[in-house]
Amino acid sequence: MAIVSSENLPIRAEIDIVTVRRRVREIAAGLGFTLVDQTKMVTAASELARNTMIYGGGGSMRAEALNGPRTGLRLIFEDKGPGIPDIDLALRDGFTTGSGLGLGLGGSKRLVSEFQVLSRVGEGTTVTITRWK
Amino acid sequence: MEKIPILRMGNYLLVTIQVDMHDRLAMALQEDLTRMISDTEARGVLIDISSLEIVDSFIGRMLGNIAAMSRVLDAETVVVGMQPAVAITLVELGLSLAGVRTALNVDAGMELLKAAV
Amino acid sequence: MSTLPQSLAIPGILARDEQMILSDWLKEMSTGARRADLIKDNELRAQCAQFLKLVRQAAQTAGSNFKASVWDPVREMLGDVSRNRALQGFTPSETATFVFSLKRPLFNRIQEEYKGQPHAMAAEIWAATELLDEMGLYTTEVFQKSKEELVRRQQEELLELSTPVVKLWDGVVALPLIGTLDSARTQVVMESLLQAIVQTNSRVAIIDITGVPTVDTVVAQHLLKTVTAARLMGADCIISGVRPQIAQTIVHLGINLLDVTTKATLAAAFNVALQRLGVQFVKDVPKG
Repeated sequence: MAIVSSENLPIRAEIDIVTVRRRVREIAAGLGFTLVDQTKMVTAASELARNTMIYGGGGSMRAEALNGPRTGLRLIFEDKGPGIPDIDLALRDGFTTGSGLGLGLGGSKRLVSEFQVLSRVGEGTTVTITRWK
Repeated sequence: MEKIPILRMGNYLLVTIQVDMHDRLAMALQEDLTRMISDTEARGVLIDISSLEIVDSFIGRMLGNIAAMSRVLDAETVVVGMQPAVAITLVELGLSLAGVRTALNVDAGMELLKAAV
Repeated sequence: MSTLPQSLAIPGILARDEQMILSDWLKEMSTGARRADLIKDNELRAQCAQFLKLVRQAAQTAGSNFKASVWDPVREMLGDVSRNRALQGFTPSETATFVFSLKRPLFNRIQEEYKGQPHAMAAEIWAATELLDEMGLYTTEVFQKSKEELVRRQQEELLELSTPVVKLWDGVVALPLIGTLDSARTQVVMESLLQAIVQTNSRVAIIDITGVPTVDTVVAQHLLKTVTAARLMGADCIISGVRPQIAQTIVHLGINLLDVTTKATLAAAFNVALQRLGVQFVKDVPKG
């Protein structure tokens, strides 16, 4: 799997979430994703970036454009925050109540092709999402 | 910080969201709208999101909150112009926006509001 | 797996004899599947020269370990070559020939270089073979994927053409579904209906499933998603063509259609749509 290009975006302030959205949209459009797929990816990125900032205490996102043989976009959200104690619970927690407790993980999972969460309590969390064209 | 303008049209308030909102801007809009509904005793609020290319859970909740709060203040809210890609994504995300009335565009939205009040 | 020597010969050979290898390579290709109708001589020459340069650079650092990331530029170029050839109409073997025809010229050089050293020569040729085989397989993989992608796209376009959305009235559109609804098809169908709703300003959309043979939970889920998305946009959906058997299946499977209006016929659905829009037909009574 060849990483054609890669870039890092800091996620430290609220305004960075907007930058993340804009940049992911640009990269996805550049890779030729359909409008709906772009929107799904940007929305997932927005959710995860917000998680990184609010629950992770800030971190970063790495965007990797993949090519060979398949074209895809991979986003890796990293933070050195408190970590997620129960990942299964977090994935199940949705928006049904709109209570704001949902981490948005479960929903974002449905928007992408591949989804991976690695987290250690006290060390941090890494969420990797990939969308294939 | 820039603010999203709220227009007053008789008994109604009209908001057009054209920028990619960061969370604080969304919260400010929520507060400003609530205050204005109360101040002007508006009977209806129309939120035009036809320029919004994404609606994530935060913005979705904001819209839901505005609808709920305005109802408490005896006003109806209608959200208009949601883009197809956004609608498809929201459904996949699991956000139903229950409690938020929607219409295709401003005209349809105004019709709904007038019928409601 | 036996440990191969990191090839020491290839970078050196390419550095010294690049021009000769290039022309021998081109000569090899011209005997086999050259397809001069699809690619011009100078274009092919430029491609080959670029390829040799990239291979030399990568081999210098990572030897013959094609999996190392240092080989990414070569992989990228091979990917591009394969993809383009898939689109241009080359056959898979014509595409793989690009790599495989490099073998003889390369081996000739290695033989000359290691004359009198049979063991070293064997090891170098083996390393070169492994490397070129991996490259050849890679081009075939990419070629395959590109062809599949092409077919998929053509199918999608066909699907779009075969799911026309019809405007029945000012504010009412209908989508007659025919055939089985799989995941991919439903996406396309959903999107075209929602687009049509926006473009025609239609407050009511009728989804007719008369032509859909079976409705299982998957199909029902897709229909529900479409209805929910339309509602978010401000349009209502009516599902028509619900035959008694389908109604039974829906109840039997415990599918909850929420508050979606369902009708047996398109005509009945159209009536409901007009009612919702407040449209009334008035019969003209002839005077006298």
